[in-house]
Amino acid sequence: MMQEIILQNLPALLLAVPMLGAFATPLIGRAGGGARNLWTVAVMLATLAIAIVLTAQVLSSGTVVYTFGAGAADLTVPADSGGIPVRIIFTVDAMGAFMTLSASIVGLGVMLYSLSSASRSTGQNGYYALLLLLVVGILGMVCTGDMFNFFVFLEINSLAGAALVAYRVDKGVAVEGGLKYAVLSTLGGLLVLFAIALLYGQYDALNIAVLASRIQFTPLDQIALVMLLVALAMKAGAVPMHFWTPDAYSMAPSAITALLVVASQASLYGVFRVVFTLYGLTLNYVTIGWIIIILGVLSMFVGVTMAIPQKDVKRLMAYHAVSQTGYMLLGVGVGLAVLGNPQLLDSYGVIAMEGGIFHIINHAMYKGLLFLTAGAIFYRTGTRNLNQLGGLGHSMKWTMVFFIIGALAIAGIPPFNGFASKLMIYESVFLFNPLLAIIAMVVSILTLASFVKVFHSIFMGPRLPEYAEVREAPTPMLIGMGLLSLLVVLFGIFPQEVVDILITPAASALIDQGGYIASVLGGA
Amino acid sequence: MNMSKIVREAANLLFPFILVFGFYIVLHGHLTPGGGFQGGAVIATGFVLLFVAYSYPQITERIGVGALHNTETLGLLLFIVTALIALGFGVTFFTNWMLDIGPILNNPVAFGPNPGDLNTAGVIPVMNIAVGIEVLGALSVIVLYMMSGTKETI
Repeated sequence: MMQEIILQNLPALLLAVPMLGAFATPLIGRAGGGARNLWTVAVMLATLAIAIVLTAQVLSSGTVVYTFGAGAADLTVPADSGGIPVRIIFTVDAMGAFMTLSASIVGLGVMLYSLSSASRSTGQNGYYALLLLLVVGILGMVCTGDMFNFFVFLEINSLAGAALVAYRVDKGVAVEGGLKYAVLSTLGGLLVLFAIALLYGQYDALNIAVLASRIQFTPLDQIALVMLLVALAMKAGAVPMHFWTPDAYSMAPSAITALLVVASQASLYGVFRVVFTLYGLTLNYVTIGWIIIILGVLSMFVGVTMAIPQKDVKRLMAYHAVSQTGYMLLGVGVGLAVLGNPQLLDSYGVIAMEGGIFHIINHAMYKGLLFLTAGAIFYRTGTRNLNQLGGLGHSMKWTMVFFIIGALAIAGIPPFNGFASKLMIYESVFLFNPLLAIIAMVVSILTLASFVKVFHSIFMGPRLPEYAEVREAPTPMLIGMGLLSLLVVLFGIFPQEVVDILITPAASALIDQGGYIASVLGGA
Repeated sequence: MNMSKIVREAANLLFPFILVFGFYIVLHGHLTPGGGFQGGAVIATGFVLLFVAYSYPQITERIGVGALHNTETLGLLLFIVTALIALGFGVTFFTNWMLDIGPILNNPVAFGPNPGDLNTAGVIPVMNIAVGIEVLGALSVIVLYMMSGTKETI
């Protein structure tokens, strides 16, 4: 009975469990820090379990739809509504399921890591509640099949994120980063809202499937597309709208930064969902595809060149995050540019998209890992300045190992996961346009150069007198980092399995606009 | 620092009326314009009026920050639990399960102009109340926190 209820309500529970967890956290926090930590970790474990079961369900039996407030989950179109789905509907296809999995894995790592990293701060009840709400925002964005609902979760994501960026006040600097993030997110949110209003005004619907089946690509739709792309690409941190990322990423507590990476990927998912599912073939896919490719190339190149001169290790990693986002945009942009040509799509378009999508989960793992190692170093030494750090390889061996794994993965060195997805992108993009592939490779080399420098200045050299007291990071931190690095290595050793099980269904779900519409509106 | 006696007395006098008006908006959320959020905001203005009229230490003596936090949490939990109970009846999240079970909040809605019946609409009034107490707690806490940062002059 219980099991049946859970299995029938997976998409709702995916949101309801962390939400209930977030709301109850302040109350349970009254009982003491230990009880609260246990509770939040249990909630996050339950969320991850639900995400895994949901993903398995989606992969075995196709897109899962969930209608809120209806007699049954698959009752998308009420009998007396004239064929219009009036209720809020979650449409979890393989792409969405893939994103929920990626987000909840990083969420668990971050939660474990936070047990130590936040243990010296005040106001931890609020911290964990907001952390869980941020997870809710991310999961909601990638599950929802309703434009307005997407906006609501985007706002939850932005508000929780901004509050968490400013969590460690740090003489007001973090508050500045948080305010910047909040203002820009609100601006982006308003653009999204306005675009949704334009679509709603024309097609009398908010459901993505209904909108997709009716969309005409009128001038108003084009304006809506531009606003959606600009706002979501900004939230994803793509150049030239990347300027908030260094401030927000470097000032947030490291655990939060790792989750912010996933939060920005949820916006990236929004970009893909809008262009592939909402607009699909109606838009001028060659032009839009090239726009996304150019955004990607700019992000890759500007991100990495800005990263090289940075002195602050987290700021440096933030610019690398911008740079890596470029790979995802490049891969999926190439897929979009050949969307209308089945032959080219088969020969390299799909591979490019798979590479881009694979890079999303890889990036979430290794970039999360790198931010967590930076946080561990900051936790023990109290500085993020590369010029002051040094010789930590003597005392923080495990952190060093995890850093090496993350750094080699981000630079695309085999056998780590970054190599697997980057190789797919190089090979397919080379067939599309050799110049783009060469730029991508050069950026990878620059990334490696930059991380060699970071590695050298943090870990190498003689033991410095001011860090003589520094010890290895606490165990919960190591477990959090270990979880992510294990996945980095596993995904790197068995890329083909991951691609077959998770990535290929996700890419084909993204291309299959008709399937998405049919899953909500039936037959068609 | 207290405001003058006139302000304090006026605040004392107005406070119960603001509360009643706020709860009226919350409880009639499913019948008239307004609802949980609006009513909660009105109630919070009543609290803010008291905060302005009295000094911060005096206020925190009578109204604890912890109590307001609890109110907030209680509202949120009531909301999500009401939505979750629906799963137990074999329907989906957020379904109006009260309409199917009991005599409470279950009258059929009259058609055409009518004086309005509070005993309708199932879980909607419950969720309005939940949002109402959540908002009154949260807004009051926000103002109270901002007040704690102000410097007392004179």
